[in-house]
Amino acid sequence: MTRLLSCKQFLSELNAYLDEKTSAEERGRLQSHINECPNCWVVVDTTKKTINVYKGVEPQAVPGDVKERLMAALQRKMAEKRGGC
Amino acid sequence: MVTGWYSGPEAGMQATNDGIGFDEAALVERARGGDDRAFESLVGHYQRKIYRLARNITQNDEDAEDVLQDAFLKAYTNLEKFHGDSKFYTWIVRIAVNEALMKLRKRRGDRMVSLDEELDLGDEGVTREIAVWDGNPEQTYSQEELRKHLDDAIQSLKPTFRTVFQLRDVEELSTEETAEALDLSIPAVKSRLLRARLQLRERLTRQFKRKGDDAFAFL
Repeated sequence: MTRLLSCKQFLSELNAYLDEKTSAEERGRLQSHINECPNCWVVVDTTKKTINVYKGVEPQAVPGDVKERLMAALQRKMAEKRGGC
Repeated sequence: MVTGWYSGPEAGMQATNDGIGFDEAALVERARGGDDRAFESLVGHYQRKIYRLARNITQNDEDAEDVLQDAFLKAYTNLEKFHGDSKFYTWIVRIAVNEALMKLRKRRGDRMVSLDEELDLGDEGVTREIAVWDGNPEQTYSQEELRKHLDDAIQSLKPTFRTVFQLRDVEELSTEETAEALDLSIPAVKSRLLRARLQLRERLTRQFKRKGDDAFAFL
């Protein structure tokens, strides 16, 4: 019989579990730990939510004046390059 | 002359693709051949992501603007040196990260900000806060409120952690691309990502946990 992982062992494999980069056998071992350990189940659940909430939030738009200054700087650089040819 | 590409990410798409879809490799090829409009389209497409990346690393709007400009100007100037071994996006991210870290070092007045610093991977209590979240934060908070909570949490991380998290989980670069962009080994990216995820989880749980739920209350 396979011995259950400790919480520390499970957490060291958390990324592999979340990113689904494990073999079926390893995933089974990790899943068995979560089934038996409510703390690690909560850690998995809230870590997934953490990643998803960052992925889901809209990035702040680049402010209009920042875009305009970027464009102006780029136009100058382009003109400089053309002038130098 | 203002050509209009900068009105949003979509503008780059329209100017470039004729409805076919964003084709980074084709735009880079045209830009390398001297087509400035193609380069403008790349800028239009990626500026929002690069600005977010710069803000998250530097934690400063003024520095983020400088990083945004410097990164794209450097890319434009050095386009001939880009041989397509990696994706253009990975390349521009790497330039922006370097620029952002230089800004951070300058502002902090030290040379100690490094992505390659030794990590204490000991038994630091990164999972002290064990509590379920109160519903779905995306539904509980407005985008602006949510962004504020997320910004506050990510700001509390060390640069090395927040940069790796940003690239892997927000910009969705692969582990290999992140390692390449940051000049880190793959194990170093993995260990920093694990620590970053757990620290952010800890901080957000303090914010989003179900009211009245203390740690281990469900046991």
